Amino acid sequence: MLELSKDVYDAIVAHARRDHPDEACGVVAGPAGSDKPERFIEMTNAERSPTFYRFDSMEQFQVWKEMDARDEEPVVIYHSHTATEAYPSRTDISLATEPGAHYVLVSTREPDTVEFRSFRIVDGEVTEEEIALV
Amino acid sequence: MAIEVRIPTILRTYTGGEKAVDGKGETLEDLFADLDTRHDGLRARLVGDDGSLQRFVNVYLNDEDVRFLGGIATPVSDGDVVTILPAVAGG
Repeated sequence: MLELSKDVYDAIVAHARRDHPDEACGVVAGPAGSDKPERFIEMTNAERSPTFYRFDSMEQFQVWKEMDARDEEPVVIYHSHTATEAYPSRTDISLATEPGAHYVLVSTREPDTVEFRSFRIVDGEVTEEEIALV
Repeated sequence: MAIEVRIPTILRTYTGGEKAVDGKGETLEDLFADLDTRHDGLRARLVGDDGSLQRFVNVYLNDEDVRFLGGIATPVSDGDVVTILPAVAGG
């Protein structure tokens, strides 16, 4: 189960809409071990692509150092799909490297409908989980 | 003095859970070979069969991405800090 504030939910959706038709990506950091996504951080999609995303490497380095210094971890890693459903692609699954993170997928394929789903991706296994807005 | 190498969570299975390990070498290539003698299998996660850095692994020397330096051939020296982060990427 992913517990998320409405503010963070809205911020993720807004980012995905803004970058459409390119994929948007980012993290929500939280205190290590808390499983609470609190600090919303938009990342630059270095690929600027409608079919692929990759965090800009220098930005990732800065953000990861900052999380380390604040004793935080990436509780949520989100990205958007702009033409397909909000479900991890084969590439998403093969490149997932944070077994402790909630992988949030947003689809912007429909302008008026939000598709927002959360998954665990561990050793190539995808498990969808419920989302509770708190 | 040695070179400090910071290990991401996903690769700590190779370092007995350690967040950072020490190594030595003249270049990153040497350094990773040196680490592999004590942390068997780690090198293969960083370096591909063609001898270059794995595409979805980011390696930083102090504050620079080594892709913008000399890649796997980047010179390193005592007191340097090497940070490894898996790229966050997908489709």
